[in-house]
Amino acid sequence: MSSDVRFTDFKSDKQPTWCPGCGDFGTMNGMMKALAETGNDPDNTFVVAGIGCSGKIGTYMHSYALHGVHGRALPVGQGVKMARPDIEVMVAGGDGDGYSIGAGHFVHAVRRNVDMTYVVMDNRIYGLTKGQASPTSRSDFETSTTPEGPKQPPVNPLALALASGASFIAQSFSSDALRHQEIVQEAIEHDGFGFVNVFSPCVTFNDVDTYDYFRDNLVDLQEDEDHDPNDYEAAKEVILDSDKEYQGVMYKDENSVPYHEKHGVTEDMSEIPEGAPDDAMDLVREFY
Amino acid sequence: MAEDLNWAVGGEAGDGIDSTGKIFAQALSRAGRHVFTSKDFASRIRGGYTAYKIRTSVDRVQSVVDRLDILVALTQRTIDENLDELHEESAIIYDGERSWEADIPDEMTAVDVPLKSLAEDAGGAIMRNIVALGAACEITNFDVEYLDEALEKRFGGKGSKIVENNKEAARLGQQYVQENYDLDLDYDLDTTDEDYVLLNGNEAIGMGALAAGCRFYAGYPITPATSIMEYLTGRIEDYGGHVVQAEDELSAINMALGAARSGARAMTATSGAGIDLMTETFGLVAQSETPLVITDVQRSGPSTGMPTKQEQGDLNMALYGGHGEIPRFVVTPTSIAECFWKTIEAFNLAEKYQIPVFLVSDLAMSVTEQTFRPETFDMDEVEIDRGKLVDEDEVDEWLDAQGRFRAHAVTEDGVSPRAIPGTTDGAHMSTGLEHDELGRRTEDEDERVQQVDKRYRKVETAEEQEDWDYREFGDSDADNLVISWGSNEGALREALEYLEEDDIDLRVISVPYIFPRPDLSDEIEAADEVIVVECNATGQFADLLEHDALTRLKRINKYTGVRFKADELAEQITDKLSAEVPAQ
Ligand SMILES: Cc1ncc(C[n+]2csc(CCOP(=O)(O)OP(=O)(O)O)c2C)c(N)n1
Ligand code: SF4
Repeated sequence: MSSDVRFTDFKSDKQPTWCPGCGDFGTMNGMMKALAETGNDPDNTFVVAGIGCSGKIGTYMHSYALHGVHGRALPVGQGVKMARPDIEVMVAGGDGDGYSIGAGHFVHAVRRNVDMTYVVMDNRIYGLTKGQASPTSRSDFETSTTPEGPKQPPVNPLALALASGASFIAQSFSSDALRHQEIVQEAIEHDGFGFVNVFSPCVTFNDVDTYDYFRDNLVDLQEDEDHDPNDYEAAKEVILDSDKEYQGVMYKDENSVPYHEKHGVTEDMSEIPEGAPDDAMDLVREFY
Repeated sequence: MAEDLNWAVGGEAGDGIDSTGKIFAQALSRAGRHVFTSKDFASRIRGGYTAYKIRTSVDRVQSVVDRLDILVALTQRTIDENLDELHEESAIIYDGERSWEADIPDEMTAVDVPLKSLAEDAGGAIMRNIVALGAACEITNFDVEYLDEALEKRFGGKGSKIVENNKEAARLGQQYVQENYDLDLDYDLDTTDEDYVLLNGNEAIGMGALAAGCRFYAGYPITPATSIMEYLTGRIEDYGGHVVQAEDELSAINMALGAARSGARAMTATSGAGIDLMTETFGLVAQSETPLVITDVQRSGPSTGMPTKQEQGDLNMALYGGHGEIPRFVVTPTSIAECFWKTIEAFNLAEKYQIPVFLVSDLAMSVTEQTFRPETFDMDEVEIDRGKLVDEDEVDEWLDAQGRFRAHAVTEDGVSPRAIPGTTDGAHMSTGLEHDELGRRTEDEDERVQQVDKRYRKVETAEEQEDWDYREFGDSDADNLVISWGSNEGALREALEYLEEDDIDLRVISVPYIFPRPDLSDEIEAADEVIVVECNATGQFADLLEHDALTRLKRINKYTGVRFKADELAEQITDKLSAEVPAQ
């Protein structure tokens, strides 16, 4: 790791094709800054991206990266981290990618508590497929596939994480640049699975969950002196409060023991001998 | 034909049938006898008929036959299920004190041993199967001390008391038969000085993976693939590796993909239904040119089919599964020893060509144990080839004018350089989208064609550089040719001996590679009759060979859920040889 890494080193020379004004620009900038700020560089970082407008992030960033199939980014990230504990792993995707097709993986990634960071760009809509309801869409949100609204309550990703035994749960807003960066940074520094749900507005297909809406409604937990992120009950209260939109670190388990420590997965698995291991004949003798 | 003994123990699932059989198989192997085991089992944990069968000889045995000489029957069903394999010389050991009255045909030798009460005398009813093993030793004149060795191996970890009790149980069984029966059966089991190892196909795959430097395994339990995961768990850690039980197969293959991209030799294994789920990610593995070994231990399908039964029905899926056109290699070991060697080869091929490699085995091979000389798995012979893995210095050669790493560089042999995370200046993106040399998305027509051609050019390179060979046995000058793939090889080898007795000469070819595969057109053309043997209904391999050679072939297909037997195959081959070639 070199100390003179700048966040622009994480930028690829590919120009984003996101719509002008898309929340994903801010989300990505904050991620790059957080990575640089925590002492990482492109050669020791692996970014896994999902599918969606959000998933294009892997293309616009510069690092080791994989842009996978829809909903499966988390398993890839866990595989990278287990094989290479020395590598910083960041997984990014959308609300559809993470909470719909990938919901099963989300629950299990959370409970495994692998030491990595998961950033979900939650725009409460499917952007890339042009405006269908997502799992976080409001129940009366009219879209091309739900003309009268989905008529079912939205998934609460923070509650899902809490119920799955998360060790770090946070939420940020892409246009509150500094706070977003700080929160992602804290997630990176957390020993375990750092989960950040980012309000990242879609200016093209979502005219309800807009910048103005979040600006007017967002409550920053940092300003609430009573909120102690280490307090599970307090976390539960804000996470289950459906009347308000919060940003900040909701929950952080100070005693989090990451997967690699629990399972003793600490070796760099990329190095192997040039032939069978020296004592390999013992494997055969076991069958005597 | 060699003198051999066919032995079985059968009862309800949960009766400890498996461990009983395994102990006897190990005792025979310790005595320097060849062993070949097979299992009948139902897809239930308790309450289904299950049997463990052993064929043993001082000569090599590699197939099951339709004959049962000694049967330890814990239930009437065990006798009923095996009636057609029992014969006049068969002896059946059973416990007359149990509630069922054994209905044993008169001409057979019924050996009634109070298994339960003798076991209780030795320390516990649970050892009744061991009493039966002692009785079996007496009937076959087999030195009970070999059984002692197997019992020590099995129970050594549980303390000497348990070992002693089990030895005592075996003695009581032996004595009871000695004292109460005057048997005149012709089953003397000769011993030799050979030291054999006894293992099954899945253990061989796991051992091969460890020898090849596999460090990461992710899987989701499914019969009959799970035992690969069980073997690796607890052993892979010794080499700094790790096994993860993923939440499903989608996750398993994606985790393995992540580990492979970060430079580990990684593998996942499953069976048909799991392969369906993994198919989503095949395309990504191939498109991102990730070296990954995917093992399919086939079982009977479709859907959940007959999950505990044999079939070779997934060949088409391995070859064609996935949307779009995806290059992949398909390697199909034909014996337990080959399960070991082909696994190692699969890892080398995957890394040399940066391609997914399907290792396709089957249920029969996965549950069958067989004896081998330890040198069969000579670890000094293991070679590791990591292909074009570039280090910090070599990366420079592959940077473009702007200093960006060309991870998907278009090369003459189709293989690009590979940089793993941590390699300075090697950072790059990989994606399932069509991409340029840098890995960046493209829809440019020329770049698309270049990348597709590049990925298929690896196949051409591999076709030229590797030995996509086959194994041949029988009479190479024979007019008639039989071709097979997968686990049928052992039965075919023995079928040859039966056919020889009837003066039928055959040339047999057993193929361990399906794609790329050896071109058998000349061999097919040179033969009068060609029969393709496989455990499926439609003849998936025969279809390929017909396509290659533009001719019609005869086929022997079995899809009852049970593997081929040597004697049965000999009969079917004889019938087929005189039959008409099927019409176009
Ligand atoms: C297996 C599969 N099903 C469907 C799709 C089509 N698809 C692409 S992106 C997407 C939804 C993306 O929504 P979200 O994750 O919210 O990301 P956004 O585009 O809003 O950033 C869908 C359904 C796909 N690529 N793969
Ligand atoms: S469609 Fe919405 S989410 Fe996608 S780039 Fe445009 S604004 Fe962003």
